[in-house]
Amino acid sequence: MSVYVPQLVLPTDPERDHIRGSVHAPLTLLEYGDFECPYCGAAHPVVVEICRRLGRHLRFVFRHFPLANVHPHSELAAEAAEAAGAQGKFWEMHDRLFEHQDSLDDDDLIAHGRALDLDIDALARELVDGTHTQRVREDFTTGVRSGVNGTPSFFINNVRYDGSHDLGSMLETLEGMLRAA
Amino acid sequence: MAALQAGTKAPDFSLQATPDQTVSLHEFRGRRVILAFYPADWSPVCGDELALFNEVLPEFRRLGAELLGISVDGVWCHLAFAKARSLRFPLLSDFEPKGEVSRVYGAYHASAGTTERALFLIDESATIRWSYVSPIGINPGADGVLKALESMAGGPKS
Repeated sequence: MSVYVPQLVLPTDPERDHIRGSVHAPLTLLEYGDFECPYCGAAHPVVVEICRRLGRHLRFVFRHFPLANVHPHSELAAEAAEAAGAQGKFWEMHDRLFEHQDSLDDDDLIAHGRALDLDIDALARELVDGTHTQRVREDFTTGVRSGVNGTPSFFINNVRYDGSHDLGSMLETLEGMLRAA
Repeated sequence: MAALQAGTKAPDFSLQATPDQTVSLHEFRGRRVILAFYPADWSPVCGDELALFNEVLPEFRRLGAELLGISVDGVWCHLAFAKARSLRFPLLSDFEPKGEVSRVYGAYHASAGTTERALFLIDESATIRWSYVSPIGINPGADGVLKALESMAGGPKS
């Protein structure tokens, strides 16, 4: 049996993906995550610190992978992040949701929107209409096809990262790849 | 111990799914079956393999396949675990004699006393069409089994 290394079927696309950091950075760290997953919540400050340390060398991409059977609020939370993105505040909402994982019901999502000074009518309408349902689904489907094997799943330059999710392990891998680049 | 490979006849088995219900492989003749062997209920990760496969279940069914989870845990343990994780597919108990079915499939990790993380895709005539054993500590994704399902001739039979 040959060694099989899962790779992204949909590489990072600046036209569709949410990208934090320089779009032209040599390294790409991509997360498939779920706002209600405690392990994604634990990984969030690690990712923030990685972005801070690697600066212009790294771009970070977030795609949705809501495990709706275990996390009943995860899909709508993902849609709320997309709705915030439609108003130019994806990352603000992304950070806020991970920092408030115990407050993700419908009213909470609206309250988060208010705290970020979003157009609340638009946010509520898009959540009710399912404006971003398809986009979240597309993220999920591409994740499944790319070998996402739990949440969070990370990919570095299109290849699934199977190492530990602590800061030291992730930084070591990323810095090693940067040196080799 | 090597896992059974594509082309091998899938050994039949009967295992308990609940305290009063047994599931046998031959009941699925004429349908496709995915056997997902996994080490243990209650692994401390919420977004693990079973949670993932649970989400992908509609896609497996669209491709004509039923999913069966198998570990050496007992039926009461399986019941509590399936309820806690909202699992929508049967968990079979390879409990007594412990790991017997897992051994036959070459998916038993003897020193740990558990099954490996192994996947088998079985076709309508009970032949294994694809199998995969994950490296220790790494969950398999659903991509491999989906690709294998799609590459099977004839398309899903409903």
